[in-house]
Amino acid sequence: MNIHEYQAKQLFLHYAIPVPDGKQATTPESAEQVAKELGGDGWVVKAQVHAGGRGKVGGVKLAKTPAEVALFSREMLGKRLVTKQTGAEGLPINSLLIEKTYPIKRELYLSILVDRGTERIIFIASAAGGMDIETVAHETPEQIISVPVHPAAGLQGYQCRKVAYALGLKGSQIKALGKIMQGLYDLFLAKDASQIEINPLIETDSGELMALDAKINFDDNAVEAHPDIRAMKDADQEDEKENKAQQFGLNYITLEGNIGCMVNGAGLAMATMDLVKLKGGLPANFLDVGGGTSVEKVCEAFKLILSDHSVKAVLVNIFGGIVQCDIIAAGILAAVEQVHVVIPVVVRLEGTNAEQGRALLSNMGLNLYAADDLAHAAEQVVALAEAA
Amino acid sequence: MSILIDKNTKVICQGFTGKQGTFHSQQALDYGTLLVGGVTPERGGETHLGLPVFNTVQDAVDGTGATASVIYVPPFYAADAILEAVDAGIKLIVCITEGIPILQMLRVKAAMAGTGALLIGPNCPGVITPGACKIGIMPGKIHLPGSIGIVSRSGTLTYESVHQTTAQGLGQSTCVGIGGDPIHGMNFVDVLSRFQADEQTKGIVMVGEIGGGEEEDAAEYIKAHVTKPVVAYIAGQTAPPGKRMGHAGAIVTGGKGTAEGKVAALKAAGIEVVSSPTDIGVAMKGCL
Repeated sequence: MNIHEYQAKQLFLHYAIPVPDGKQATTPESAEQVAKELGGDGWVVKAQVHAGGRGKVGGVKLAKTPAEVALFSREMLGKRLVTKQTGAEGLPINSLLIEKTYPIKRELYLSILVDRGTERIIFIASAAGGMDIETVAHETPEQIISVPVHPAAGLQGYQCRKVAYALGLKGSQIKALGKIMQGLYDLFLAKDASQIEINPLIETDSGELMALDAKINFDDNAVEAHPDIRAMKDADQEDEKENKAQQFGLNYITLEGNIGCMVNGAGLAMATMDLVKLKGGLPANFLDVGGGTSVEKVCEAFKLILSDHSVKAVLVNIFGGIVQCDIIAAGILAAVEQVHVVIPVVVRLEGTNAEQGRALLSNMGLNLYAADDLAHAAEQVVALAEAA
Repeated sequence: MSILIDKNTKVICQGFTGKQGTFHSQQALDYGTLLVGGVTPERGGETHLGLPVFNTVQDAVDGTGATASVIYVPPFYAADAILEAVDAGIKLIVCITEGIPILQMLRVKAAMAGTGALLIGPNCPGVITPGACKIGIMPGKIHLPGSIGIVSRSGTLTYESVHQTTAQGLGQSTCVGIGGDPIHGMNFVDVLSRFQADEQTKGIVMVGEIGGGEEEDAAEYIKAHVTKPVVAYIAGQTAPPGKRMGHAGAIVTGGKGTAEGKVAALKAAGIEVVSSPTDIGVAMKGCL
């Protein structure tokens, strides 16, 4: 789960991680008011969307007067921001973060995440901040330092000093960085984060360290235990169909093709998408109906696929282990009764109660094609989508 | 021989009297698994499915001599269940549970270091030696005792591989679903090394997916240590970066863990990688 920058910075303040003076605003008038209250002689207006790369596409603007803050706010609010991370549709700008600006001496990078290879929480830091860290890692790996933390020992002082010296910090900055790292570590554990990134962490002209940006992702498996984090969810920043799928306990991801896929199991769902592509088609979605599924769930899943109007044909691929194929068939029939299905549906049922499932579907006079071979099913659905 | 489990493996179930535990324990008994009892706190002394129920794993081990345990408890209780099994001296722990917070698994793995206990999963279908012992949620009847070892991060793709190797008349020695979570127990290399040492296993099917670097590690290991033919398939070639594809571990981040990279690493190690998941069985037969 993702949250906005302004929410991340509020969490930072609770963990004594310094951030610029600032406040969220949702209208040009309140944005101007915030700038006046903050004081100073320069402000930054930052679009609050769940994506990086905002600066390059007009989502971050520097204002010299409160009137200019209002002007930029008016330009941004209500628009959709398209960055390299959002896809062509972009994300809606419904709120802004207005902050005081600070004279920047250096831009650094600091993040904390779970490293699956070492099975440790690790800190990653670099003196080359403000840039895409993957590019830095790729082009100048010597500029990256990483520090793994043992779960029993926790973060140690020497580890913070190691990072501080590697970043070229001096004097009181060493302790300041240690406090920031400890704050990040405590926040990470307390809220079940999966990644926290500060890019850039700035050193101001007066030598202060400050999180100029803040990005936090949380472990989806743990958010249930954190109602405060769950309350920060902004559904407007997420795909409507993906949100709907979540309500029904389905794993759904929107893609850009025209062949709808309904599959049981995440691995088989990915493999089915790959197979559609291999046969010359493009999948419209990833959809795993899961193990303990019901007629209702399958019905909702099918309706969800059909709600995407670019879908020209549907491939249902079920390997019934625990999932019973006749339940899948009944779910499809229930969906067909509720919404008028005109597009062709290719169904491959294998495993538990496959015969019963096929029999159920064959009696319905749908635009339905039964296949018992997966390769053939994929070929067929691609051909049908092309013909549509 | 098979790997990890055989017809003499004594198995207990944690979360025995729950809905999942009950259903899959009955399936395991029907398959012929030597299930000897189960654990549900405060239900000790009862009989369930004709087997004794114990309050603690230690009581179950003392009372039955079990060496393996299968866990069907909800995600927020699973870390506790795994560590209870470790503490009671269980040698093979199979955790089916999906949705365990990653920080809990991180602590579990650190606590397990040096204990000698093996963990399969979590978020996995389990392990089966066809005709002998089924520990997990896989449908028993698609399996056939035979010569192919299967190791996979995905449940349904394991079934697909089983189905195809059964259709080819090859059958399976043992099938291990290592699970779809980013931090989990046995990895590809742990299982591959056992298949290499197992006489019954003549060929190996390895099914990977996007995310992490275990397939790349496996490629290096196979190149150096595995003489048996290996057929590999990697799922997620069309998965968009930054999106979690159902499994918590199936995500491409920062250009790392792509299907392309994994396929390239496996091919560079001389492993046959099929581009279609429907070619696994045929390709395996062709390698033997």
